[in-house]
Amino acid sequence: MSTSATTSPNPVTLDPQTRFRETALVRRKKFTEKLARLTFLTMTLLMIFPLLLIVSYLIYKAAPILSINFILDNPVRGMRAGGIWPAFLGTLYLVGISLLVSAPIGVLAAVYLNEYARENWFTRIINLAVVNLAGVPSIVHALFGLGAFVLFAGMGRSILAASLTLAIMTLPVIIASTKEALGAVPTAFREACWNVGATRWQTIRRIVLPNSISGILTGIILQVSRAAGETAPIMFTGAVFFKAIEKGDIFAYGLFDQSMALSMHLFTISTQVPNVPEALPYGTAVVLLGTVLLVNALAIVLRVYLRSRKKW
Amino acid sequence: MAKKIEISNLRVRYGQKEALKGVSFDVHKNEILGVVGPAQSGKTTLLKVINRTIEFIPGARVEGTVTIDGDNIQSIKNVNELRRKIGMVFPLPVGLPLSIYDNVAFAPRAAGLRDKSKLDELVERCLIQSALWDEVKDRLDSLGTKLSGGQQQRLTIARALSHQPEILCLDEFSIAVDPVTTMRIEDVLKELRSEVTIILVTNLVQQARRLCNRTAFILNGDLIEIDSNEVMFSDNPAQKMTYDYVHGNFG
Ligand SMILES: Nc1ncnc2c1ncn2[C@@H]1O[C@H](COP(=O)(O)OP(=O)(O)OP(=O)(O)O)[C@@H](O)[C@H]1O
Ligand SMILES: [Mg+2]
Repeated sequence: MSTSATTSPNPVTLDPQTRFRETALVRRKKFTEKLARLTFLTMTLLMIFPLLLIVSYLIYKAAPILSINFILDNPVRGMRAGGIWPAFLGTLYLVGISLLVSAPIGVLAAVYLNEYARENWFTRIINLAVVNLAGVPSIVHALFGLGAFVLFAGMGRSILAASLTLAIMTLPVIIASTKEALGAVPTAFREACWNVGATRWQTIRRIVLPNSISGILTGIILQVSRAAGETAPIMFTGAVFFKAIEKGDIFAYGLFDQSMALSMHLFTISTQVPNVPEALPYGTAVVLLGTVLLVNALAIVLRVYLRSRKKW
Repeated sequence: MAKKIEISNLRVRYGQKEALKGVSFDVHKNEILGVVGPAQSGKTTLLKVINRTIEFIPGARVEGTVTIDGDNIQSIKNVNELRRKIGMVFPLPVGLPLSIYDNVAFAPRAAGLRDKSKLDELVERCLIQSALWDEVKDRLDSLGTKLSGGQQQRLTIARALSHQPEILCLDEFSIAVDPVTTMRIEDVLKELRSEVTIILVTNLVQQARRLCNRTAFILNGDLIEIDSNEVMFSDNPAQKMTYDYVHGNFG
């Protein structure tokens, strides 16, 4: 295999003096490389810039009203003053309960589809349904929730019905993201386990789940912001314009109560109620955004922690 | 010679493609049987049939019978029981994303062994047998996936021995292992012969010659010849193709 320098067809380029000299081609490549870098950097900054702008604008506008009491008080004077406690708590309930339902079902379904199910027409239909359901607009889920939970199941307009509607909405996305996380674990690991006589469940528990948990959790937590932000599904199924509850009491709602919600409250006070002081909707938006960002930040910390323990 | 495995009229299809076209032969107890043949001839397929992992490949069809100690493997109820009888080493090393210790203890634990001192003893013995112990004995709790390729292959061999199989199948195990270590593992295989039956699939004809009692030559899904090494590597095996293949003037 060894070709000595003397027999090389182009001995000039092997001369140590000239071999690494910059040619026009090298210079052009360097320029393209720089240009590409710059373009991508600009795009990234373009992404961050509006986000910073939005957040700082919101906080600036909301500044006069932001305080801990704004979160813990009931709205007063026809929602033109006071706080947002019933809406804040309502959103916590709705999002919490919906994920409590959709996360376990979604993860288990994804484990079945990815680890147990054989490829046949039945699983193909299910996979197709999952993909398509993930793309259904939330207003359609709202109508489904109204028909299925509020009317047919007789839950009435309630936190339970609204949460289940949100759960139905987030379920397909959780299934899809969990499947993706499971699929990222190399098949070779599974085969190695089967080869030594481990059952599928032993393989899943000892190898697959521990190495996909960070992706699974991220997928679930991303659905928090989606569930917290939606208005249509809960408006049809359990959220109300106004409902006063005990200040700061976190057990103020029951499952079959109706509740307020941040997203809908924001919609109401910005469009339906006249003469609302400007800071009020902005304050509500800041709390909504802050809660979601907090949860997402938590997700990132968790992800970093779990990834640092990743084992291959 | 007692028969450990009897394969008769084994056919395997992947969809339309026929990978094994009706092969029949026996594997004797406590022998090292070499299986040689050019690429794509069905050697790996044969091993996958024996431990029934072929069932994980969609579209694979198996006909014919394989028996181990007289029991048809298709009628064995608990397939994991069958797989525990067989140690499998495939060409690409796979360190599980667990510690070195847990890599080796994985199978015994899956089979229900919990006793810490028994596990310790087993892990040590398997790592010694796979010629890895000296390199890892001080860091058994570091990750198996962080070992070098050759070390991971020896870890794979240790794992294949960890459930104390009666049959050990090695599929081109030396691809990722340096020659010196290969020799050490070959010595271990010779020792293991007294306890287990070994099937050694190899691309290195000389390895089969050195190590095996008998060698089978498979070509495009057909068994061309199986005989003792004295015959297979002599100047006049039954088939001229065998002679050509083992002497490297094939095709
Ligand atoms: N999962 C699969 N799906 C479809 N065809 C397959 C599959 N695995 C193997 N085959 C086909 O079966 C035939 C035999 O393959 P096999 O892997 O058993 O050969 P081999 O003798 O082990 O080859 P090599 O020496 O290259 O490892 C080949 O033609 C191959 O293309
Ligand atoms: Mg092969």
